[in-house]
Amino acid sequence: MKKLNRRSFIKGGLATTAAAAVLKEKTSVASGDFDNYPEGMGVIVDLTRCVGCRSCEAACNKEQGLPEPAEPFDDFSVFDQIHHGQKRRTDESKYTVVNRYDPPEIDHPLFRKIQCNHCNEPACLTSCFVNAYTKTPEGAVIYNSKVCVGCRTCMVACPFYIPTFKYSKAFTPKIMKCIFCYDTRLKNGKPPACVEACPQEALTFGKRKDVLKIGKQRIRETPGKYVDHIYGEHEVGGTAWMYLSSVPFDKVGFDTHVPKEPIINSVKEFLAMVPMVLTIWPGLFVGFHLLATRKDKIKELEMEKEAKAKKANENDKKEEQV
Amino acid sequence: MKLFSTERPEIPIVNHTKEDGSAWTIKEKLWLGLSVNEYKKQFFRNPVNWFMMMICAIGLPLILGRYAFGLGWVTHASNDYPWGLFLGFGLFGMVPLSASGFMLGTTVELFGRKDFHSIERLALLNGLLGYFFAVLFLEVDLGMPWRLPYPMFVSLGPAAVLFLVAWHVATYLSVQIAEVLPALFEWMGWLKGKRMIRKWVLGLTVAGIILSTLHQGALGALFTYAPAKIHPLWVSAQFTWIHFFVSSIFGGLSMVIIASTLIKNYMGWRCDEEFKSNLDYVTIGMAKGASLAMITYLVIKIVAVAHDQEWTYLLTGWGSYYMLELTVAVVLPMFMFAIGVRNNWVTLIRAGAFIAALGIIWNRLNTSLVCFNWQMYQEIPHWKEVWITVTIYAIYFMTYRFIVYRLPIVYEWKGER
Repeated sequence: MKKLNRRSFIKGGLATTAAAAVLKEKTSVASGDFDNYPEGMGVIVDLTRCVGCRSCEAACNKEQGLPEPAEPFDDFSVFDQIHHGQKRRTDESKYTVVNRYDPPEIDHPLFRKIQCNHCNEPACLTSCFVNAYTKTPEGAVIYNSKVCVGCRTCMVACPFYIPTFKYSKAFTPKIMKCIFCYDTRLKNGKPPACVEACPQEALTFGKRKDVLKIGKQRIRETPGKYVDHIYGEHEVGGTAWMYLSSVPFDKVGFDTHVPKEPIINSVKEFLAMVPMVLTIWPGLFVGFHLLATRKDKIKELEMEKEAKAKKANENDKKEEQV
Repeated sequence: MKLFSTERPEIPIVNHTKEDGSAWTIKEKLWLGLSVNEYKKQFFRNPVNWFMMMICAIGLPLILGRYAFGLGWVTHASNDYPWGLFLGFGLFGMVPLSASGFMLGTTVELFGRKDFHSIERLALLNGLLGYFFAVLFLEVDLGMPWRLPYPMFVSLGPAAVLFLVAWHVATYLSVQIAEVLPALFEWMGWLKGKRMIRKWVLGLTVAGIILSTLHQGALGALFTYAPAKIHPLWVSAQFTWIHFFVSSIFGGLSMVIIASTLIKNYMGWRCDEEFKSNLDYVTIGMAKGASLAMITYLVIKIVAVAHDQEWTYLLTGWGSYYMLELTVAVVLPMFMFAIGVRNNWVTLIRAGAFIAALGIIWNRLNTSLVCFNWQMYQEIPHWKEVWITVTIYAIYFMTYRFIVYRLPIVYEWKGER
């Protein structure tokens, strides 16, 4: 073992402190909260009004320039499609999907449209290590394919299984997801294509806080028609797209076990610990080192002392001789 | 190798100079002092090499295909299971088994336990190669592998756990390269370089502890992004990171026991007397450390169940699977280690190490694949995905062996050091 002198101690300490300084600033940002953009837009989806015409799917496909689907949009047999026991989901060719549910409580089917819910604190955004996602003040969660590395953590993090990956491409893969028609419409104050296409007014577009009020009003004014809950008001910290339903939400395919807090909150426990390790470990372990090697040090000191004494002795003898 | 090493006294190479006093060239060192024909002969005589070549014959074209036709060509292109074997095994499984570098580095350099010196270099090499190949697995899995440096230099997302993983794996990889370089410098005969690194050893070791704590933990914390998708027994906001970190301690130690066992049995010609005679002693020492880490791990696993109030889950089918994992992957090898240490039964310890290392991989696959989407369906990886994973592991094995054959890892360099 190399002996630890003052110089190497400082050197080792400096190296680790520098590492700590560089790395610490990156993690401390994590505890900051997003502004929830109170003026952001939102949509409330009323399941009792949707008839499953798939006009929204068609409008989305056209607006976003997605490939033509295998089955045309007026083919309603798609509602019976099952993959791995699951109903249809978003993929690289469709950003929104309508599914049919037949809850036993009622005598007619219900239809549920899925798309990106545009969370207030999106899990995709907070899990992304290259900042590919942005929550715009208008309320949209958009994605920048130019910096994306393709790690697909956003897909793991999204509690709604929305982002999909263009696996079919070797050189230009990217995340494919609903962007609230941000580029072509929302930016200019226009509602997304699906909302505009809905013939049943099942989708109501407006400021999030306003459509939330509309939803609450409907629940209040037509007692018995809706369950007393707006899905998305509090789920994962609140979403821009919210839902009204006449049956409990778990009967129509909603995950009612998602946390009520933003996803990032369950990661903060770890993120808070990071600067602690970075600052406490260097001192602690160098301390352990000094403790573990104390016997070597003591031996060394004794040897030095002996050498000195010997020298002094010799000097005395010399003086005597003189 | 066995044949040649008994016939020719100067092989295996342990010195800069031959019998007659002339120096070995680097090229001769690379060929292990054999002629090309002799080298070929020993290579093809070994059935392991035929097995490896068979794996690569199919695997390498598959890897090329993945880059030419996209990930969708080799995987099920699942949007429900974005991560498959490449990460589940390659990243989440390989990294904890590579914690050996920092464990033994700390033991020898920081705690001054020079009695573990003979195994230190093997542990460092095991760590370095494990990390390097974890990054290779990542490069197969990433949609745009050419953008690997983006999180460092192009577009920074500092609040993400993966950002920490990226930075820490990158810096720790450099630390480990620096820690293994002295062996290369000795072998090349460049002593200046070796002395230079020697001065940094304490700083490197402490940096290794910090970076290991954080990114072993960060790999666990990555799963806390999916609290609603992974079975609650396998993920916990407060504890997953520390479960991953503590289990990496016995994972790394077990992996060194496995590597040293294989080297002792199949590469005896390369080991020197010090390595061979010390091996049982250091194996027992490492098993002692590993069993301590295992009891710690068991307790904090139970603490997590208690803290998150998940007792009722233990009574379900998933709960039984959880108990099975803990019993087979942790309790069983822990007792094998403890009994082995007590009675000096090194063979029992070595068997325990195999179980413990497989147990770590099992735990990581459970977290990333089996218990992921536990309320949906089970994804079974595509055969091409499995084959590519095996291929990269085979390349890892061959690289590992290539280096141990040559550099002074399990033997001491006799020449100038």
